[in-house]
Amino acid sequence: MKELLDMFLTFAKIGGFTFGGGYAMLPILQREVVEKRHWATENELMDYYAIGQCTPGIIAVNTATFIGYKRKGYIGGIVATLGCITPSLIIITIITAFLRNFSELAAVQHALAGIRACVCVLILDSVIKLGKKSIINLPAFVIALGVFLGSLFTDISTILFVVGAGALGIVIKLVERRRKAC
Amino acid sequence: MLTTLLQLFWEFFKTGLFAVGGGLATLPFLYQMSAKTGWFTVHDIATLVAISESTPGPLGVNMSTYVGYTTAGVLGSIIGPLGLVAPSIVIIIIVSKILDKFKTNQYVQDAFYGLRPASTALIAAAGCGVAKITLLDIPAFESSGALLSLFSWKSIILAVLVYISLKVFKKHPIFYIIAAAIAGIIFQI
Repeated sequence: MKELLDMFLTFAKIGGFTFGGGYAMLPILQREVVEKRHWATENELMDYYAIGQCTPGIIAVNTATFIGYKRKGYIGGIVATLGCITPSLIIITIITAFLRNFSELAAVQHALAGIRACVCVLILDSVIKLGKKSIINLPAFVIALGVFLGSLFTDISTILFVVGAGALGIVIKLVERRRKAC
Repeated sequence: MLTTLLQLFWEFFKTGLFAVGGGLATLPFLYQMSAKTGWFTVHDIATLVAISESTPGPLGVNMSTYVGYTTAGVLGSIIGPLGLVAPSIVIIIIVSKILDKFKTNQYVQDAFYGLRPASTALIAAAGCGVAKITLLDIPAFESSGALLSLFSWKSIILAVLVYISLKVFKKHPIFYIIAAAIAGIIFQI
């Protein structure tokens, strides 16, 4: 019970400070879930993100469900997800009821510009941490570079990149094993 | 009232089930819903995208809360998002079960060997997207043609300061987010 409450509050904290899409939750997720509470490893986070890209639904919610379910089964999956969306529910209800011109306020615009600059840096820091774990040799580097350039400069669906990278992983390992066997 | 709530749940359940790949993927579903139910207008969607960008949380959750609240009050603002996340919860739990079963399978592990660098790269690319709209001021550059106007200097300075203090003090990311919001207001970024 105590862990469920902790889980709800942790994901509420993450949901309450994720500005700008699922990726922006990563720095807080790493700090709270990987480093502080050890609910998941960095490798598992990367797996969840990759799978979350190809399954329906919101990436932030999918990641919360994964971690909650892994720790505490069905109820954990539900509690983590509810925690993740609760701040949005409260904030949007208040804004809709009282402050429809919220996003036009000058102070909000300035605060957001500051937050976005900060989020760039936090994501960069997260990517460096993840890269140390995932880009472990030349083939992995080539996959990363290919997907990076591909998703920046083409309109190819993210799902194709994820599925392709998974297939490449299998092929590369197969070739490596063949070579060793020879 | 009950039928409205049920319909709210069902409409957002469908969106949650079929919208793959993040917030903006829900937009086409919202346009359809707007035309079909008349719960909200296309103008409302634009407003909500703006509000969503200035509040924490995923666009889909924010949108379903807004639509739920305007059609059925506070109860609706809870039922809408629940409908949206219900399919994800079921699907992810099924995927988790399958993964647990095949975790030790050689091919699954090999696939993850390829997936992890891809996952890292996708996050890096998303970060570049944020950096482009934040650290560069492309409209100003296009209208003036001066290279110096291409860069949003205040944002760049703030980003550098955040990076240095992140490396030196290693405080919680939330601390930096709040500090950056305050800096944004004070220095009119």
